[in-house]
Amino acid sequence: MKDFRYLEGVTTLELKEEKCVGCGVCETVCPHGVFRLENKKAVIADSDGCMECGSCALNCPASAIQVTPGVGCAAYIIQTWVKGKEAAACGGEGTGC
Amino acid sequence: MKENSCCEAETGTSPSGIQIQPALPQNTEDEVCCGPPAGPPSSPFERPGYQICGFVENFIESTSGRIPRIKSALSISDMAGTVMTRIGINRNNYRVAPGLYGIGNPDPDSPVLVTANYKLSFDKVRKELKYTDAWLLVLDTRGINVWCAAGKGTFGTEEVVRSVKAAGLDTVVSHRNLILPQLGATGVSARQVKKECGFQVVWGPILAADIGKFLDSGMKADQTMRRVTFTTMERLVLIPVEISIGLKPMLWIVLVVFILSGIGPDLFSLKAAWTRSLMAAAALAGGVFAGAVLTPAFLPKIPGRAFYIKGAITGFLTAAGILLWYRQDAGLLELSALLLFTMAVSSFMAMNFTGATPFTSPTGVEKEMRRAIPMQIAAVFLAVFAWIGAGF
Ligand code: SF4
Ligand code: SF4
Repeated sequence: MKDFRYLEGVTTLELKEEKCVGCGVCETVCPHGVFRLENKKAVIADSDGCMECGSCALNCPASAIQVTPGVGCAAYIIQTWVKGKEAAACGGEGTGC
Repeated sequence: MKENSCCEAETGTSPSGIQIQPALPQNTEDEVCCGPPAGPPSSPFERPGYQICGFVENFIESTSGRIPRIKSALSISDMAGTVMTRIGINRNNYRVAPGLYGIGNPDPDSPVLVTANYKLSFDKVRKELKYTDAWLLVLDTRGINVWCAAGKGTFGTEEVVRSVKAAGLDTVVSHRNLILPQLGATGVSARQVKKECGFQVVWGPILAADIGKFLDSGMKADQTMRRVTFTTMERLVLIPVEISIGLKPMLWIVLVVFILSGIGPDLFSLKAAWTRSLMAAAALAGGVFAGAVLTPAFLPKIPGRAFYIKGAITGFLTAAGILLWYRQDAGLLELSALLLFTMAVSSFMAMNFTGATPFTSPTGVEKEMRRAIPMQIAAVFLAVFAWIGAGF
């Protein structure tokens, strides 16, 4: 998303290029076009576009990607501070997100 | 279609082919019964204790039981339901029963689309399948949309596998493909699904609106279908819910403000409480408006990356209007309190909007919160001191 840029240099995304088998799954699932395939290897083309959703890491067959996944939601993060990670829910009332 | 009347036992076919007509009132002529003429008879598909949903056309008999065939057109009540959830009413309990549905005239070769049991998601998908014969596998995401449910894991590998098995999908279709929305990838590992139930996940487009194009092009998504968007329209529809989230705490704040506003030389003055809390309430409403309406509406236009800064900016502009309005009625101390208060509220509300956007990373949000919340609290404290001070 080129019109929407969030904070720079914060993402926990890491790619271990030596493990990559070049399947291209990360390029497919990433909703922000963070990865690009170059010479049959994934490269991080836009790390500041990453929202840490975790899709790429979960679906990489070679475990070449690491990211701390989560939801970028202030209300949720406040709840994790107050109630702890387990009890926190999105949207205050439970299910709306 | 051969169907049993509802009073018959579940198992038997109609004995000797006699169709038992659902009993119509026999006495419509002799005026015993009041009211208008009786409506249509009950649907032959009805069962005691069950209600047939309005979006169900009829049922498809299959080896793994009866599969509801759903309509693709949305009814007035579907649309009303959409509007209600958009303004935050019943939003947390707007769901359909999970399981397998059919649309059009699906056969064993028809594609299987997977979605969430949030009725809004379900409606969006079926609306796009007007001219398509397909199966729709609805996961039990507890009535949450795909994106949020995937983040929480309810739209997840396990649930996909469970639903495929529960629906007996391998006997309904002859192929072994499941089309999942791309945003479901946050919770679903395609490889794991394949391993556990033999079905291959194909990542479909992000938006339901692209499903038709995706199917027509032989299950290929181009780059625009793969990128999440956040258009003005997509942002505007979120505003009512943002406001409704702010409403409840607003009432409490107004109460506190009322008490603070009355404090003065004679301990408490009801008159001062009334006139001054009106001003403070205006600042509060202005802050909510700036943070929950202006900020989402003009998001890409407002300078700054961090949402608390965007909110402070819209809050400042709104406060300027409020100050201009009250410049005769309030002193400098009060005006600065109003300014700080409006900006703090707006900044906080704007920060909360991060949860509704599809591009903020949790690390980023946490970083801005650690910086912003102390400032917001400080601003509110200063505002309170100035406000009380001005009362004397
Ligand atoms: S998903 Fe993993 S293995 Fe496949 S291209 Fe991306 S990093 Fe490489
Ligand atoms: S975590 Fe999500 S946004 Fe970030 S690179 Fe992976 S798929 Fe893309």
